[in-house]
Amino acid sequence: MRTMLYVTTFLGLIGLAFWAYRENYQTQAALDHVADLHGDIADARARLAILKAEWAYLNRPDRLRELSEINFERLGLLPMRPEQFGKVDQVSFPHVPLVVTDAIEVTSANAAAADEELWP
Amino acid sequence: MTRTPLRPLARILQARSNGENPDAIERENLRIRHEQMRDKARVRAEGRLLVIGAMFFCAFVVIGARMGLLSATEPSEPRARATGASIIASRADITDRHGRLLATNMETHSLYAHPQQMIEPLRAAKELKAIFPDLDEERMIKDFTDEKRKFLWVRKKMSPEQMQAVHDIGEPGLLFGPREMRLYPNGAIASHILGGASFGREGVDSAEVVGTAGIEKYFDEELRDPAREGAPLELSIDLTIQAATERVLDSGMRLMNAKGAASVLMDVHTGEILAMASLPDFDPNDRPRPPTNGSPSDSPLFNRAVQGVYELGSAFKILAASQAMELGIVTPETIIDTRPPFRVGGHAIGEFEGHNYGQISVEEVIMNSSNRGTGKIALAIGTERQKDFLRRLGFFDPVPLEMVEAPGGKPLIPQRWTDLSTVTISYGHGLSATPLHLAAAYSAIANGGHLVTPTLLKRKGTSYGDTVLSEEVAANARHMLRRVVKDGTASFGDVPGYHVGGKTGTADKPREKGGGYYKDKTITTFASMFPAEAPKYVLIVTLDEPVETSGPKPRRTAGWTSVPVAAEMIGRIAPLLGLRPEYDMGEVTNVTLARQ
Repeated sequence: MRTMLYVTTFLGLIGLAFWAYRENYQTQAALDHVADLHGDIADARARLAILKAEWAYLNRPDRLRELSEINFERLGLLPMRPEQFGKVDQVSFPHVPLVVTDAIEVTSANAAAADEELWP
Repeated sequence: MTRTPLRPLARILQARSNGENPDAIERENLRIRHEQMRDKARVRAEGRLLVIGAMFFCAFVVIGARMGLLSATEPSEPRARATGASIIASRADITDRHGRLLATNMETHSLYAHPQQMIEPLRAAKELKAIFPDLDEERMIKDFTDEKRKFLWVRKKMSPEQMQAVHDIGEPGLLFGPREMRLYPNGAIASHILGGASFGREGVDSAEVVGTAGIEKYFDEELRDPAREGAPLELSIDLTIQAATERVLDSGMRLMNAKGAASVLMDVHTGEILAMASLPDFDPNDRPRPPTNGSPSDSPLFNRAVQGVYELGSAFKILAASQAMELGIVTPETIIDTRPPFRVGGHAIGEFEGHNYGQISVEEVIMNSSNRGTGKIALAIGTERQKDFLRRLGFFDPVPLEMVEAPGGKPLIPQRWTDLSTVTISYGHGLSATPLHLAAAYSAIANGGHLVTPTLLKRKGTSYGDTVLSEEVAANARHMLRRVVKDGTASFGDVPGYHVGGKTGTADKPREKGGGYYKDKTITTFASMFPAEAPKYVLIVTLDEPVETSGPKPRRTAGWTSVPVAAEMIGRIAPLLGLRPEYDMGEVTNVTLARQ
């Protein structure tokens, strides 16, 4: 009985030692991975900064103005003026004539005849 | 353990039979027992002492070993961190109020040479000249072949294409170092506000970027502070409006043949400057050197809006009228006699082109811009009260703007403030200030009498200072300014849809070397606010030496020069600011009633 207890304790000790060893190496690996990720984040930040700078450079007002002047015939862009503001009631809606193509009889003019057809 | 009895019967009986005292046996046994007990207790105590001693020894060994380890090993950052917070060493960006980039950093490379490692110095110099045409080939050959030189800079910064071209030379003595350079993607837009940056201390592997002017220099420490973690500096400037302002001002300056121009657009409630332009300007990416000869005010580096101290002319008149109304001396309807003669300190005060407006109300004095009328109002106010009012409006000190150039805009005030000074200053002569000062003073009229401090940083909510005018007086002053545009000297300033109020100012330029004024050089100013009923923005436009030549005679007054430019500017920027135009009723045409 006592021998049995000693053997189990010893096996338990070996098991725990193995577990601690593995955890230690897993932690080391995770830390290495985090360090790599930090490096990647720094690279991504640097790339993002370049892209932002390029975006700002391509969107600089001078360039946009020149582009709108070059493409005036196609786009017809002009600076915004006060005259371009308006109220809804100033908008003249186009008058669309009402054309009925598929009429349905809903009046009661021929109601008596229809009644006879249905209830002879 | 067997316990020996104190009185063993055998020995007692034997002792009794021998006639001895049996108590002696008991005492003897008791003594032996006590001795045994004492020995046992001592051993146990010694054992305990040993254990405690061993524990203390171990503890001291552990602490000592840890201390020795700590002092002997290299310090290192803990590898595991909870957050990804990292120190960002590069200079913070500058953005406009909507987060659009005004200044940022770019990674680039510098080029340096180790002449002792060069294989073909003559070919390297020739090839470098082909890549960088501005380099001096003779000089490079001299430096590259100099035995004593071990190191020299060739270029501080270059583009990736140039770097590749230099790489393709294949010269081992040409080396690259990483560089972080400041980039202003919008070019010359807002150049005076941003200023510029250059390299401070330089090493092969890095160089510090330091601000050289403008807001870059004012906030140099903050922008370089790693604790910011790269948070951008948000300005009050709106890039779109700044670009539109500069565009209109530039065309206006050309059209009016002016040699310089400045404008300030300010929010009257917060003091935020939305756009501030000064022409001619420069590209902060390639900031020119300060001029070594000639007047510094002719350099493109000179910021006319902040540093340009000018006599601002009749735009000052509304200040005298407002103060007189505040003090209860006059009302807008009070009649002032503006007929000549009006002499102060032996000088006759004249009107523009010798006009005589007769007896007119205070409102008409402002509308017609009468010098004599304003002078009389100023005399009624008195010198001390006038000085006090102007001091409170900030006309005695530089505007505390967040730019290193701001202290340069110190107003020029007369040494001796005579009655004549009081009169001339009331119509804007004899006291020189910057357009920014005028913007701050007009903001007080526009927002109902509260002082605001101009700022270039984004603010939240109103930031009123002291109250200098009552609500009613400010409203009356605004009404007068509206009349100036509707019926007075600034009739070109009317923008359909936006009710603009404002006052013109034309001042003759003083000669640089003293001795009076030029006859044919003026500084024209239009100080305006819109929408006039409840103004949100103040706009100051100043032109330097403008001439309008469409008429038979060249015109140099503000009404013909600054006012049309300002009107065009308001027409362009007010829609961008999100202001709805309001047309007077009756202008709506082609609308029929739906029901009769």
